[in-house]
Amino acid sequence: MLAYILRRLLYAIPILIGVNLLTFTLFFVVNTPDDMARLQLGAKHVTPEAIDRWKVEHGYDKPLLLNAAATGSAQFTDTIFFKHSAAMFVFEFGKGDDGRNIGNEIRTRMGPSLAIALPVFVIGLLVNITFALLMVFFRATYLDLWGVVLCVVLMSISGLFYIIAGQYFIAKLWNLLPISGFAGGIDGFKFILLPVLVGVVAGIGSGSRWYRTIFLEEIGKDYVRTARAKGLSEVRVLFRHVLKNGMIPILTGAVVVLPLLFMGSLITESFFGIPGLGSYTIDAIQAQDFAVVRAMVFLGSFLYIVGLILTDISYSWVDPRVRLQ
Amino acid sequence: MNSIQPVILWTDALIFALLLAVLVLVWLIRRQEHLRAPWRAVAQRPMAMGAALVLGVFVVIGLLDSLHYRAQLTDSPADAPQYSVEVLSVFDALTSELRSRQEKTYSAPLAMQLYAKEFVQRDGATVRDYPRLQYGGAHLQHADERLPDITRRTLVGATQGGLASLLLFGLLAGWQARQTQVAVGAWLAAWRQGGLNWPGRTVVLMVALLLMLGGALAQLAAGYHVFGTDKVGQDVLYISLKSIRTGLVIGTLTTLVTLPLAIGFGIAAGYFRGWVDDIIQYLYTVLNSIPGVLLIAAAVLIVQVYIESNPDIFDTAAARADIRLLALCLIMGVTSWTGLARLLRGESLKLRTLDYVEAARAFGVSNTRIISRHIFPNLFHLVLIAIVLDFSGLVLAEAVLSYIGVGVDPAMYSWGNMINGARLELAREPVVWWQLGAAFAFMFTLVLAANLFADGVRDAFDPRLGGRR
Repeated sequence: MLAYILRRLLYAIPILIGVNLLTFTLFFVVNTPDDMARLQLGAKHVTPEAIDRWKVEHGYDKPLLLNAAATGSAQFTDTIFFKHSAAMFVFEFGKGDDGRNIGNEIRTRMGPSLAIALPVFVIGLLVNITFALLMVFFRATYLDLWGVVLCVVLMSISGLFYIIAGQYFIAKLWNLLPISGFAGGIDGFKFILLPVLVGVVAGIGSGSRWYRTIFLEEIGKDYVRTARAKGLSEVRVLFRHVLKNGMIPILTGAVVVLPLLFMGSLITESFFGIPGLGSYTIDAIQAQDFAVVRAMVFLGSFLYIVGLILTDISYSWVDPRVRLQ
Repeated sequence: MNSIQPVILWTDALIFALLLAVLVLVWLIRRQEHLRAPWRAVAQRPMAMGAALVLGVFVVIGLLDSLHYRAQLTDSPADAPQYSVEVLSVFDALTSELRSRQEKTYSAPLAMQLYAKEFVQRDGATVRDYPRLQYGGAHLQHADERLPDITRRTLVGATQGGLASLLLFGLLAGWQARQTQVAVGAWLAAWRQGGLNWPGRTVVLMVALLLMLGGALAQLAAGYHVFGTDKVGQDVLYISLKSIRTGLVIGTLTTLVTLPLAIGFGIAAGYFRGWVDDIIQYLYTVLNSIPGVLLIAAAVLIVQVYIESNPDIFDTAAARADIRLLALCLIMGVTSWTGLARLLRGESLKLRTLDYVEAARAFGVSNTRIISRHIFPNLFHLVLIAIVLDFSGLVLAEAVLSYIGVGVDPAMYSWGNMINGARLELAREPVVWWQLGAAFAFMFTLVLAANLFADGVRDAFDPRLGGRR
């Protein structure tokens, strides 16, 4: 097992290098530091001196890959690639355009992101499984048919609508919860409630429909027929057998997104004014702060790969039939 | 009559190329019984057919809106004509009334006054009141006439639509009765009892509903702003209708980019295995691991830099917005092929071990021929299901991307831009809700129709589902 995990970890390294090279190409080769400077300083009436000053300020005045002017190992280390791209492997993200250390920002903003994303994920999972099981229990009746239609309708509504409608009706019109904001500790509870509610409701449509198909696939299998044949009640069959086995694909599918919860949700956080990583990313995109966007790309890929490894491990853990090769 | 100069934007060309490809595909499918069978199954589902009709309306509007031209300037000489920088479409020409009747600022749906009070001159004195709209309800003398007028117009429009659908239904009944060689009465009875081999009741009722709705809308739109006006006084109905094209372009052209990548890489990885598989798997794990929104954002920012530093390539604002739309489709396509490629890889891995593929290989059939004759046709249903399932997701994604600021050009009509521009107006008093409402309603209708249609297609094509729904 340990050897397997180690091998998976080693396999992750070339992928991270690939991500790094891709972001480097996108942010420094295709889109040169000069372009960035021009975008930041305003496209027109910009002098070469201003561009150079901007590049020095942001540390983009070095050569891309090879510094011919330097000597020794500095030829490779005193370059944009080494300082801004390779440094991310040790989580050195440098500074954003506002002069703040990106690494510090990420550490302080992970908490609020998680405070929203984790409850949405857990409650959403429970609610969706409940709905899916209900539909499966009443399968091939009108209740099931209309349940599926309702799911499709819910799926077809834009995520933005849920947020805007939630804020407008619950917060503004009925004054039940604060419209946006965030606070730490117990005080923060009332701020978290609305985004979590909206997040859960927005996910019901696609989630329950997907789980319903998984359960339906499970219910057609032989062991279920055996369980029924030996006289178990339908409720018992559903909860003891179908639910347990159906949880394998559901949980392993959930594991891959688990680390990504740290990244938060872009839209939810920016609408509800939550100082998490999602709103940080959106602000960076809108301010065209490339350093932050680059850091978030790397962080996101890193967490995704962690998720992949966790998925592989959880597969072998919940289902002993899956042999590790 | 002024002359016009046709303008073919990049996305126009691609849309019509796509239309041509679809027509060719339809022609090919019609000739092959085994390809026709699943489509016949789709056609027998009432829900799928109803959704297809709604989609059809959207597609027709989108296509009309893709025939672009520039009108001649009225004061330019005939021998050396100069053309307006404004790019119009056939759809604009058909709805020129909607487009040109611009108010001062916000007004509520079907209103005859602006939404906020202003100082107006009345009987020589300056009073603070709701000023009348320039066009909306301008034919009314008094506010009391508004409701009866709206009711009358709705009824007249719906009746016209109803009469038109009755006429169509009569023609259909006559034609069908002659085709199947039964009396018209017998056909009608079969229709009423659902005894036809296609969902006649749903289709006829849906057409009637659409025609009545269209008639009522047309009648109302002639005298009012049905969905109100936006900040600069433009008709929200017009903006919503114009946004249809953007949604369709994003939903279809993105898939067009995805398909060759997904099919090529997916089949190659599954069929050849070995180092080809390793490289392709590596490629899509890398692409997959980058958060999609961020990759799109980065690429859109880069395109923006390119457009801003090369302003002379694009002669009109429409061309500039169009290139950005195309770039968005390209980028979304490049980031979203991985899912389908993975699916196709898995299927090809299974297919390549089947007896008939082994036999073909034993006979010395070349790899390209095995793939094109034996592997790809057996994967086609997966590709088709992916196309229809992805469509709705892409339409919804456009709104989110536009909100983040990396979607379509801010000057382009799109539901995302409408939502983005209007969401802060909910804080106003009185609330300006109609812009958001119209954008969400149109988007919901399109996506719901697409989802229902996709369900029908998936149920008919997916062999795993078999008889089970």
